[in-house]
Amino acid sequence: MEKIINIGKYIEIAINFLEEHLSFLWNAIDNLITWTVDSMNSLFLNIPFWLFMLIVAAIGYWAKSGKTAFNKSGIKKASGITLFIFIGLVLIYLMGYWKEAIETTTLVLVSTFIALLLGIPIGILSAKSSLANAIIRPVLDFMQTMPAFVYLIPAIFFFSVGNSPGVIATVIFSLPPAVRLTSLGIKNVAGEVVEAGHAYGATENQILFKIQLPLAMPTILAGVNQVILLALSMVVIASMVGARGLGSIVYQGIQQNNIAKGFESGLGIVILAIILDRITQAFGNKK
Amino acid sequence: MTENRNVKIKVEKLSLIFGKNKESALNLLNQGCSKAEILEKTKCTVGVDRASFEIYEGEVFVIMGLSGSGKSTLLRCINRLHKPTCGHIYINNEDITTKTNKELLEIRRTEMSMVFQNFGLLPHRTIWENAAFGLEIKNEKTGVRHEKAIEALHTVGLDGYENQYPKSLSGGMQQRVGLARAIANNPEVLLMDEAFSALDPLIKSDMQDELLDIQNKLHKTIVFITHDLDEAIKLGDRIAIMKDGVIEQLGTAEEIITSPASEYVQAFVEKVDRKTIITAGTLMFQKPVTLLIEKDGPEGALRKMKTESLEVLPVVDKNKKFVGFVWMNDVIHAAKQKHLDLVSVVKTDVPSIHKNYTVEEMLPLISEVRTPLAVVDETNGRLLGVVTQPSLIIESTRFDNEDEISELKEQAKEYFKWKK
Repeated sequence: MEKIINIGKYIEIAINFLEEHLSFLWNAIDNLITWTVDSMNSLFLNIPFWLFMLIVAAIGYWAKSGKTAFNKSGIKKASGITLFIFIGLVLIYLMGYWKEAIETTTLVLVSTFIALLLGIPIGILSAKSSLANAIIRPVLDFMQTMPAFVYLIPAIFFFSVGNSPGVIATVIFSLPPAVRLTSLGIKNVAGEVVEAGHAYGATENQILFKIQLPLAMPTILAGVNQVILLALSMVVIASMVGARGLGSIVYQGIQQNNIAKGFESGLGIVILAIILDRITQAFGNKK
Repeated sequence: MTENRNVKIKVEKLSLIFGKNKESALNLLNQGCSKAEILEKTKCTVGVDRASFEIYEGEVFVIMGLSGSGKSTLLRCINRLHKPTCGHIYINNEDITTKTNKELLEIRRTEMSMVFQNFGLLPHRTIWENAAFGLEIKNEKTGVRHEKAIEALHTVGLDGYENQYPKSLSGGMQQRVGLARAIANNPEVLLMDEAFSALDPLIKSDMQDELLDIQNKLHKTIVFITHDLDEAIKLGDRIAIMKDGVIEQLGTAEEIITSPASEYVQAFVEKVDRKTIITAGTLMFQKPVTLLIEKDGPEGALRKMKTESLEVLPVVDKNKKFVGFVWMNDVIHAAKQKHLDLVSVVKTDVPSIHKNYTVEEMLPLISEVRTPLAVVDETNGRLLGVVTQPSLIIESTRFDNEDEISELKEQAKEYFKWKK
């Protein structure tokens, strides 16, 4: 069929323009991400496996048990998650994918951090201003429905191959729930509590930080959980543009038609996903 | 009495219109269009319609109306959570409708505190932190905050709960925290928006008593919103009744009940237990014909009784102080005996009451002594008027209780029989 409208062409022109004229910016971002990911990787890999496992297990235990950490009910509540962390991480270690698991974790943490850094303020903005909300919502819909692979093309264009385009594509893909759930959480704070803030002469900032954000926190934490899981689901796709970690092993498995490799690395991702999910959920449910 | 009280809040021709087309809605309103017409023509809702009133310092001013009557909107104009479309509100003679946002924050922080229907507490903060919320907004130091919050919690009777969280408290106790939060700020004005409406009846009644107690100690100016007339009567020094944004009537509970200004008010008032509200001051015949103990003799008394066709007359001294009643039978007897004065026949062991006695309080008195009730001034004992038994009984027949009515009718019959 004949092409009458050529939107893709215009997008291409726009991307080319951005690439040419803002290259210093892309370089700076590239360097920053690469540096952060590399230094986090070397930090984590310098910690002995057993110590790292203990730290994760301790975080899991504390997240789940909370105030009851030092008595029987705490042990009862948190023993499941702690045991799972031990078994899961030992399994990954024994399968020989510890380094890749750490790389994946770093990628997820850095992407999540950036996604939250952008997503929470945008979410606040969209909760506070209906105009902002009207603009932001369709953009989020677009971001979520556009196939994730598409983001890889401009990401390579701006950052060449490596961890940076992987992180950027992951951030774009996992940003929407951070925005949506922050916005939802703030909008759902009871009107009367906010009105009480106004009635006692609170400024907009006081209302945001003393009332809205604390009360929206469980919803925001549910958003954090979603961001992490979406980021994890992106690691395989991100490996197509050169991101390292378990995702790249899965990708190798596909290319080499290697069932064993594919299954083991896939299992590793599932274990990481469950651990990250349970820990963040436990933090979210604490209140 | 009210003339020399200080006006704390003065509301002048205040209107508030919701919607985009405020100007034309306001014009229509001034032309006398109804709320429904304005809604149809301009798609604007009239929240408050040209309300004017004054609230005195230290009084409990109740604004009463059904939901949608604009009472909460009116309250929110006073602390400018809503911006009035036109009109003025003066607090301590300062017009707050012209204040900037920054000045408004300061006014809300210092001059008035609000109590909410569903408490509006912060669930993630402890009780004392909630009570100290207003102080925290004012950036007071933690030590001061804690001290004042604890003191306010003590005032509302919540000692020992400081470190609990709101959800572990019952509704009534949560509202006490809401009240403590308002008091801790030490404002001059308390705005209470249906503060007790979410509580169950017994707790509600307790809280009303508590509020009156606190008011006796602190003497704040309280603006109280309610849809419950009984509550309005119990708490309010004066009551404003609102309908469709208009203040239909403003007055004391008794004024509203005895002379409702409109059918709307009448409908409200019908359900009220009048017995506890109507007072001797309303029922009494003012400036009754009296006999002077120093001057009038039996013959003079008989002449007055004939011209007034009364069988009983009150007797006063030259200072108009109430002495007692004389009956026609006794006076005739005294006249036959050629007595020159009424001293021997005047009955002094009769009850006298004050103006603020309610019907409920007067009823037991008439069932014991078959006389009219003399209403005397509390301070100097002067006779102000007389409440006759028929008028009491007529008032009483409006009661709901059938037994009570028939019993009173029996008494009335006996009374008239005995008079003959």
